[in-house]
Amino acid sequence: MRFVDEFREPELISKTAEEIRRLAGTERQYRMMEVCGGHTHAIYRFGLKDILPENIELIHGPGCPVCVLPMGRIDDGLAIAQRPEIIFAAFGDMMRVPGTQGSPLEHKARGMDVRIVYSPSDALKLARLNPEKHVMFFAIGFETTAPSTALTLMRAKAEGIRNFSVFSNHVTIIPAIRAILDSPDMRLDAFIGPGHVSTVIGCRPYEWIAANEHKPIVVSGFEPLDMLQSVVMLLNQLRRGEARVENQYKRVVPWEGNRAALRAMAEVFQLRPYFEWRGLGFISQSALRLRDTYAEWDAEQRFDIPGVRVTDPQAAQCGEVLKGVLKPHQCKLFGRECTPEHPIGALMVSSEGSCAAYFNYEHRKAVLTSLSSMA
Amino acid sequence: MCLAIPGKIVEISSDNQDSALVDIVGVRRKIDLGLLQDDRPAPGDWVLIHVGFAMSKISEQDAADQMNTLRLLGEVEGAVQEVQGYGLEGVQ
Repeated sequence: MRFVDEFREPELISKTAEEIRRLAGTERQYRMMEVCGGHTHAIYRFGLKDILPENIELIHGPGCPVCVLPMGRIDDGLAIAQRPEIIFAAFGDMMRVPGTQGSPLEHKARGMDVRIVYSPSDALKLARLNPEKHVMFFAIGFETTAPSTALTLMRAKAEGIRNFSVFSNHVTIIPAIRAILDSPDMRLDAFIGPGHVSTVIGCRPYEWIAANEHKPIVVSGFEPLDMLQSVVMLLNQLRRGEARVENQYKRVVPWEGNRAALRAMAEVFQLRPYFEWRGLGFISQSALRLRDTYAEWDAEQRFDIPGVRVTDPQAAQCGEVLKGVLKPHQCKLFGRECTPEHPIGALMVSSEGSCAAYFNYEHRKAVLTSLSSMA
Repeated sequence: MCLAIPGKIVEISSDNQDSALVDIVGVRRKIDLGLLQDDRPAPGDWVLIHVGFAMSKISEQDAADQMNTLRLLGEVEGAVQEVQGYGLEGVQ
């Protein structure tokens, strides 16, 4: 528990950790999935695995939008951006994600007009500033970012800005959870629900997980104490044989979500019949495309895209890691060919990807320990 | 991108009620309030911001807690970089 002293309310953390040990007992194993990549990052950063008893296993979920994006989509976006009039705009997180012919950043080095933006509204601003060019925003993210893309498109339409389009890779979290629950090699007892996605969708969309699948889910904040309290809430439910949706992050997440954000998404987006997720395969109704009323701003409708499905490098085992079947360090490439400096799989690119999180914290710790034992 | 950044509303544009100047760890930038149209914040209120859009109103205490979370996660530098980039300022 070497990190505990840095945290707010260290005594409460210690007490909560004791409570977890008492509730968890020793008779059985508990497998809990944290859905959100932000939680994955926090778990490694805070060393929560060292705090939790051994019979509680945390499985890292699919909630890192960069990590679940299949390589073919990156290739498609970059194929459009080969056209001389295109400015390719994307969040910084996307810039180092490898496509078949390299990452957006590498394409930029070869002369492609690639820009980092920190907001979709800034991609629209780029379009206003460059009327002779066409700005394509390569949109990624779950429900935390999809409403902002939607509102930006509503503004583009209202202002009649025609040199702007969106290549939508927005995905929705609920179908991914459903796919994981349907997966035969997945045995889970409970879920730690995403914090910031839930500020938008609220807690109601999780109710089927409790009602139909009989798995408890607790929407959680990101501080160590938040996550430990969520584990206590899950253990209490599991011990009583209950399955309910609970909200540990009430101070930020309203039960009903953000209706204005949901309205914007409904105005602009519709569900795709299916979409490919890296590691999880095709999941029906799991992603958002632009409605036909926004066809003029839809890069996929405006431009020809190759639409070629690209399989991951064979040696990389991103899929198994993403489903929690393998731990990051059990992949053959981990820490050798694939590192945060030279990522082969997307899980190594984002700080919210489980491989990068594992590499940055656990792997370094293990290397340091072995070095000091050699000394 | 997925972790929210807390900011305090300094001023709401007189000609556009969806545009506000916010103070985020000492950096002042314009953000979009369009997704809070059902529950509009006023100057002095705190909001959580994702990719340049305010997503929820929070208390001052929650804002301090969220800042602390970002600090613990080693994400303050990234958050400041994001905020400084809003409005394409400092972006190449």
